[in-house]
Amino acid sequence: MRDMDAERLRMLHEIQEAEFTALELQLFLDTHPDHMGALHEFNQAAERLAHARRRYEERYGPLLSYGFSMSRHPWQWVDEPWPWEIEYPPRKDR
Amino acid sequence: MWVYEKKLQYPVRVCKPDVQMARYLLTQYGGPNGELAAAVRYLNQRYTMPTGRAKGVLTDIGTEELAHLEIIATMVYKLIDGVSAEEMRKAGLGDHYATFDGDLFPKDAAGVPFTTAYIAAVGDPVANLHENMAAEEKARATYENLIRLTDDPCLKDGLRFLREREVVHFQRFGETLMHVKDHLNSKKHF
Repeated sequence: MRDMDAERLRMLHEIQEAEFTALELQLFLDTHPDHMGALHEFNQAAERLAHARRRYEERYGPLLSYGFSMSRHPWQWVDEPWPWEIEYPPRKDR
Repeated sequence: MWVYEKKLQYPVRVCKPDVQMARYLLTQYGGPNGELAAAVRYLNQRYTMPTGRAKGVLTDIGTEELAHLEIIATMVYKLIDGVSAEEMRKAGLGDHYATFDGDLFPKDAAGVPFTTAYIAAVGDPVANLHENMAAEEKARATYENLIRLTDDPCLKDGLRFLREREVVHFQRFGETLMHVKDHLNSKKHF
């Protein structure tokens, strides 16, 4: 199990938050396609996610496979840790 | 087409190794109300749904279930990380260890292997959506059982997240059922 530096974990958390917001709104919009407010929030979350992902990938390498992310040399996709190996620090709010 | 994202949907924390709990958690990997059954069930049912909304809901929830399968696998991986064969045996996972060592195998907490009968489908969208709503409630109840079975606050946090997702999925399937019924009724002429 691997410890990541605090900044990387913070950036990863930001992505997880923005993506969860987008995912939750996506499911809501599937059954409420006329909801303007939810659509607005979805597009905002998608923009936040794109920015957070770009910042993370510049520093730590690709998050998405099959050409949705670019890599530097040598091929960064195989860099560890893989998601199940990451050691997250304890939650501060509990 | 699916694209892998090299991150978990939700951070998985485990405060201490717990082989017994890993054994119980396996039921949400390969048990009747587990994430594997849910993912394949929804993705399998989407082809015959009558509306774009229903196809979207099944695609999106089925895909999210794949992310939950990864979360469960990560929990099990972390719960048995570094434990000995002896500890696996003491916790009732000796038979698992003999065949699979540290690898996962889709089965329930009692060791019953995954069966394709869990991938329920009857081709009728109303019946399928009712099936899915029941499946989400059963998965919610299973997560509540699992939360009661552990005293690990880190693990409880991840299980609570998964439990909440079942509640949201139930809600979305309920809305989809109403929508599909309206759609089918609008096409009926007697």
